[in-house]
Amino acid sequence: MLANRAVQTSMRRLAARQPGLMALGSQGKFAPPAIVALSQRRPVATERLSDSQAQNSILVNQRLKRPVAPHLSIYQPQITWYLSSAHRITGAILSGGFYIFGAAYLVAPLVGWHLESASLAAAVAAWPFAVKFAAKVFVSLPFTFHAYNGVRHLIWDTGSMMTNQKVIQSGWTVLGLTVASSLYLALM
Amino acid sequence: MIWTRGVASAAAEQSFVPASKTSTVKEPTDEPAAKMKKFHIYRWNPDAPTEKPRMQTYSIDLNKTGPMVLDALIRIKNEIDPTLTFRRSCREGICGSCAMNIDGINTLACLCRIPTKTTQEMRIYPLPHTYVVKDLVPDLTLFYKQYKSIQPYLQRDTPAPDGREYRQSKAERRKLDGLYECILCACCSTSCPSYWWNTELYLGPAILLQSYRWLADSRDERKQQRKDALNNSMSVFRCHTILNCSRTCPKGLNPALAIAEIKKSLAFA
Repeated sequence: MLANRAVQTSMRRLAARQPGLMALGSQGKFAPPAIVALSQRRPVATERLSDSQAQNSILVNQRLKRPVAPHLSIYQPQITWYLSSAHRITGAILSGGFYIFGAAYLVAPLVGWHLESASLAAAVAAWPFAVKFAAKVFVSLPFTFHAYNGVRHLIWDTGSMMTNQKVIQSGWTVLGLTVASSLYLALM
Repeated sequence: MIWTRGVASAAAEQSFVPASKTSTVKEPTDEPAAKMKKFHIYRWNPDAPTEKPRMQTYSIDLNKTGPMVLDALIRIKNEIDPTLTFRRSCREGICGSCAMNIDGINTLACLCRIPTKTTQEMRIYPLPHTYVVKDLVPDLTLFYKQYKSIQPYLQRDTPAPDGREYRQSKAERRKLDGLYECILCACCSTSCPSYWWNTELYLGPAILLQSYRWLADSRDERKQQRKDALNNSMSVFRCHTILNCSRTCPKGLNPALAIAEIKKSLAFA
């Protein structure tokens, strides 16, 4: 049946393309080419997606059993997503630190803490150099990185600097600037 | 011919490793100059759903294998382990079937060369954070549903002035370059951490690139409706400009730029 139809369609196609040739061999056996060429039949039934409520439930049930392919742990370390996660983490550190210090400053007079700039500076000045340096880096590194990378994001939002090469270059530039300026700030 | 086929299938049965073991399946070879390279491949069998996914190692001779990762996979399936399952079709980077995670990067197995260094072992996983159907075959149902949801076809009411075709200027046509080449292999979407965590709600780079393809088309007359459908907190704006998508695209396209253009058009409408 299917082979029959295949032969039939190919003959009709030939007839449609070269009417003169077919007319010579077999007069009247085929319908006029203009008509057959337009009426194409497709034996394969396609499925509609709209009536797929039942299908959906099967999908949901299958998902309960299927494993999720590994992701974070196997994806190649790339400057793209490493810097992106660093941006989020430093943002969380900065805003978290800001909120905690702000709240502490607010309640300080009630509890009797001394968080004014002068007393903080006096307290930190008494620390050994290594501790002081480490504490300063802990603040300056997230701050400088988040600031520079934020500028990178602003540039991206205009739709520029978005080629792979530019993204990699600007990423390393931001990292270099971050290290240099946070060290400078920490040594100040 | 029948005899050799019988031998081949017997060898295949012998070398099949039960699911509990992860020992290396080595290609039997008697050549002293064989360039053996190890491939660690993610395996999971839906017929044994309680068993955890595991890595299985195959060692094959590169001298007898084609240059691409897909050649190696096909060779493993044909000659070593017929149970290994993966999608493939065109073997020339236009169908997008063989998208998988190779050595940590999402790409098409047919376009990815096998590094000839034999000391370097290859690791092959399915597309990250997808539901696994079997071995390297991911479930892309949701991906296709999301594609359908953006109505990826030309929509207009105005008939063509000459009644024949909707004409474009060269400049208008040029806007579609870098967009129409997308083969929907899902490499970019499944490389995106944002898409990993919000698969159900965020459309992902591939679908957004397609979305922009219709927004950028001068012939389409439903731009406002298309934009309204995207203008919410999840569909587009879960993109945090991570840019893994453009980095991984095996066709060299730039989905991140398309998303940036969508964001701009929503912001300055």
